[in-house]
Amino acid sequence: MNAEQTLIDYTLRLADNALILGQRMVENVAAWPELEEELANANFALDFLGQARMLYSYAGELEGKGRSEDDFAYLRDEHEFRNVLLLEQPNGHFGDALVRQYLFEAAYVHILGALVECRDEQLSAIAARAIKEVQYHVRHTSKWLIRLGDGTELSQTRVQQSLHDVWRFTGELFAADDIDIAFQETFGGPDLSAVAALWRTDVAAVVSEATLVLPDDEWMATGGKQGRHSEHLGYLLAEMQYLPRSHAGATW
Amino acid sequence: MSKQEWPLYEVFVRTRSGLSHRHAGSIHAADDQMALDNARDTYTRRSEGVSLWVVRSDRIVASDPAESAAFFEPAEDKIYRHPTFYDVPDGVENL
Amino acid sequence: MYTQGLDQKESAGKRPVDAVEAAEQLQAFQARIDAEEKIEAKDWMPEAYRRTLIRQISQHAHSEIIGMQPEGNWLTRAPSLKRKAILLAKVQDEAGHGLYLYSAAETLGVSRDQMVADLLSGKAKYSSIFNYPTVSWADIGAIGWLVDGAAIMNQIPLCRCSYGPYARAMVRVCKEESFHQRQGFDIMLELSRGSPRQKAMAQDALNRWWWPSLMMFGPNDSESKHSAQSMAWKIKRFSNDELRQKFVDVTVPQADFLGLRMPDEALRFDADAGHYRFGEIDWQELFDVIAGNGPCNKQRLEKRQQAHDDGAWVREAAQAYANKAAAAAA
Repeated sequence: MNAEQTLIDYTLRLADNALILGQRMVENVAAWPELEEELANANFALDFLGQARMLYSYAGELEGKGRSEDDFAYLRDEHEFRNVLLLEQPNGHFGDALVRQYLFEAAYVHILGALVECRDEQLSAIAARAIKEVQYHVRHTSKWLIRLGDGTELSQTRVQQSLHDVWRFTGELFAADDIDIAFQETFGGPDLSAVAALWRTDVAAVVSEATLVLPDDEWMATGGKQGRHSEHLGYLLAEMQYLPRSHAGATW
Repeated sequence: MSKQEWPLYEVFVRTRSGLSHRHAGSIHAADDQMALDNARDTYTRRSEGVSLWVVRSDRIVASDPAESAAFFEPAEDKIYRHPTFYDVPDGVENL
Repeated sequence: MYTQGLDQKESAGKRPVDAVEAAEQLQAFQARIDAEEKIEAKDWMPEAYRRTLIRQISQHAHSEIIGMQPEGNWLTRAPSLKRKAILLAKVQDEAGHGLYLYSAAETLGVSRDQMVADLLSGKAKYSSIFNYPTVSWADIGAIGWLVDGAAIMNQIPLCRCSYGPYARAMVRVCKEESFHQRQGFDIMLELSRGSPRQKAMAQDALNRWWWPSLMMFGPNDSESKHSAQSMAWKIKRFSNDELRQKFVDVTVPQADFLGLRMPDEALRFDADAGHYRFGEIDWQELFDVIAGNGPCNKQRLEKRQQAHDDGAWVREAAQAYANKAAAAAA
């Protein structure tokens, strides 16, 4: 694999993660528990959409075939998306969506931390911008996890279940494949085993403060990063892509 | 408890360093950190601020409008506190 | 200041009930209004003024909140990432504006919980325009262009409304909304310059949104029951018909620019008066929608009820956590 292709593939993974999570968050608009939290959810989704747009544009530049951010978002099929499985899972209730976002971002923040230091200038600049957003998200979502865990009996039961339900998707965040390794070696990208250790420490502390129990590491689902997805992604894309797909060549 | 509304907080925003915090509005929040987060997401979406204060509305002590005459009007006849009270003769500068 | 909690009991005790409101007090109040003085939360005010404001401000807030739904309906399907981000920012602004307005109403001594309960029970109204469906992407353009355009006509005078907290909330709302109408027109422009299918989509949206937009200004002045008192109190500064005419006058040339046709055979320019004359509004339609029989009334309230119910355990958990933390600190 040449360096150029590694960089493109890696950038697209980051972009797909941001877009798919952003799209899932957008589905929750006008359905959140309180008006103030509605504003927070929209802010987070806007951050992710912004990151996706920067990353797709950069991937398009690197590729040099004239593909735009929208070409990547709207005109690729399921198997071409490289987001992790965790993020395409359906929203569920507030606690489910919160846990999914928190578990992802608790890792993402360390990945971005490493990317800020990486040898690709552009990716480093994008990461430097994104990390500020994500640090704030983690502050917000970790505190909410603590509130729900240490809130009422009902909220504790629910959010403990949320943790169990998505735990099997967390392994993929740290399962380094050829692209991760090549990106680390060539560009000084994140060492995923180091990220995993940091993540584990952070998550354990928050889960403990939330008076919750860390689920056991059992079988972990993988495949999203290689384009092998759950059935859920197809519906997400069908909805998201339908207009540009049904009006070929139109501008909006 | 289940029917309890989250308390109201007043939000004060410093729009840039050098300026004082100014009242922007209010939000509801269950606790102080949530109040800060909510203030941030509600009142600084367009880069309106560099610093935030939040305070529970029921902790603010305010003057009573019914007493506003007694409170504020006595200051009105002390016009000699204002520089415009004084005539500066022509030819005098830097005063 | 948007403080609801301040000295509530004390001022409630001092406030005379309707029947015994002293004539001088009323006169002094009206004199302040006439002198363009702002009324603040804890100032004495007639009960009817307070009630009128609570009704109007909460209705306005509810409209923002319910108004998130028709546009939110296209967030997952917005046809480009740029459009998606813009629309999300706009829908988020609506949540924010609802929040500012609820806060302004809370200064008058009504809780947000109470206002939300009134919305969900159907006791409180919201703008009927949001009971129409958004069936195509062009509807998002039409809403921004027409509905926000009409709303701005109504809202700009409210920045000078006699009640301070409402006026201040509206200053913020109007400032933030200035991009809303433009983004709508921009969508319409792109569609009307696009493919024949896109242009047809734009025309169809205009056909469906034009008349409901005109209804947003409310009944004709001769039929409007709240207007005179609200004008005297400077809660309202222009009549329904004045604002509606102004809206038509600015909007028709914009439709011409887009190359779209207004769905009104009677529409013509009256050169002598300098105004566009338009056809008869189907008031029965407005009354039907207000009565709950619009295409989406049921759906909009059900969705709001669902969100409210689904969120109850979360709101309770946060409160329980805060109570525990407070008890531990004590």
